[in-house]
Amino acid sequence: MTQKSFLEPLGESALTVFGYIGATMALLGQTLLQMCYYPWLRWAGWMVLPWKWPLLARDRRWNLLVDQMEKIGVASFPLVFLTALFTGMVLALQSAYQLQRMGAENYIASLVALSITRELGPVLTALVIAGRVGAAITAQLGTMRVTEQIDALETLGTDPIRYLSVPRLLALLIMLPLLTAYADIIGILGGYIVGVCKLGLGSNLYMRMTWESLKLKDLFTGLFKSAVFAAIIATVACHEGFETRDGAEGVGRSTTLSVVISFILIITADCFFTALFYFVFP
Amino acid sequence: MIEVINLSKSFDGRPVLSGVNLSIREGETMVIMGRSGCGKSVLLKHIIGLIRPDEGQVFVDGQEISRATGEELSRARLKFGMLFQGAALFDSLSVGENVAFPLREHTTMTEAQIRDRVSECLNLVGMPDIEDRRPAELSGGMRKRVGLARAVAMQPKIVLYDEPTTGIDPVMSDVINRLIVRLRDQLKVTGIVVTHDLVSAYTVGNRIAMLHEGAIEQVGTVAEIRSSGNPVVRQFLEPALSRQSEKGGMA
Repeated sequence: MTQKSFLEPLGESALTVFGYIGATMALLGQTLLQMCYYPWLRWAGWMVLPWKWPLLARDRRWNLLVDQMEKIGVASFPLVFLTALFTGMVLALQSAYQLQRMGAENYIASLVALSITRELGPVLTALVIAGRVGAAITAQLGTMRVTEQIDALETLGTDPIRYLSVPRLLALLIMLPLLTAYADIIGILGGYIVGVCKLGLGSNLYMRMTWESLKLKDLFTGLFKSAVFAAIIATVACHEGFETRDGAEGVGRSTTLSVVISFILIITADCFFTALFYFVFP
Repeated sequence: MIEVINLSKSFDGRPVLSGVNLSIREGETMVIMGRSGCGKSVLLKHIIGLIRPDEGQVFVDGQEISRATGEELSRARLKFGMLFQGAALFDSLSVGENVAFPLREHTTMTEAQIRDRVSECLNLVGMPDIEDRRPAELSGGMRKRVGLARAVAMQPKIVLYDEPTTGIDPVMSDVINRLIVRLRDQLKVTGIVVTHDLVSAYTVGNRIAMLHEGAIEQVGTVAEIRSSGNPVVRQFLEPALSRQSEKGGMA
């Protein structure tokens, strides 16, 4: 009897977790499928011909995407700037303690560059964006759900996944790697400011140490991870928004859940992909 | 035109609909009445395919809505317009963009044609020249009328009204009731109205279906229902009793 009561909640939790993963993967699949209905070829055609740009500017789907890219990406640059700058500075200061003792201050530049591009740039940016953007997406879609706006979309013959999920996922897939690349640059700049102005390292030396330690692979694995994080943030945020119930309280609950689940999945995926790159593609 | 056959649905093990049968003819307005929380809105959402039944079927023009999915369902829904209880206007769009929404999504109309159609629909509901206002700036009754304008923008054959007069003042209720009658008489729209407002039911309905404990208790013309001897129907129609039941429902 005691064994049963111990196993039962364990099994229930496992079912909940797998059910949740299944539901979010299904949403991701549907979103990717709906993405195929977007007029990519027409857009590409318009984009290469400058005199067709006014047509592009009037395209509704294009405007939805641009609007989301603006809200998700452009508006996040200041926040990412501050986070990355201070992370770079702190990293340089903290490592200076140890490295100065060994007379290895020169390696501060390498340490900052590698930690930022491989790890802190992608992960911190993703966490900041999950907090800022993931929460906003869930709150908006959740409010739309409880005020029947999503039902209204459906009754008007418009698929909510195509209209709401696709532009958000696309915008995150485009903007999060860009924000990450930006965070990489700003983070290295933060380390540079501390290294050169405070610790007295030569400017040329600092830049050379940074360049020499960085490989293209570091940058790309970081950007690849950030694309995975973008998919996690968008899918979890949209799923939580669509599944919102019970009015304002429900919106609050799913917004919190959205951020918490995104954080956990980002950290888990980061661990998984870091291990993958370490062991499989050394 | 619309056939609901043996429809059952439960939420979290609690049955809401249990074996509803209902048939709605082309061009008539059917009122579905019943106490708060008896499953009227759930029935309405089954008819437009927003909720899938546990058992039973819904046919619209011979097409089974209860099984349709994806594009097929989206196309079938273009026959419908729906007015939601809280109007459900998209608050990120202006009033004009709300009414234009289905036109932009599903037609190849030019911007000028869309503008004309939007102002025509807003005129129909007696709210001209408010295209640029935001939904948040409007009162409840105004929002419902804009919701109705959006519902009829695509000239649907069937319009579903979820509590069209709940939560608005008697004057505005009267305006909305007259609009529903006008849509039926002038545009030959088939209507399904879910309400517990007796005045509204008597004004707009050709027939009334009384929903009680998840099943249809009685269907009949307005006169038949008013003179019904069925105790459940009588209890609902007696004003004093119905007020009491509404209070119970609110609490």
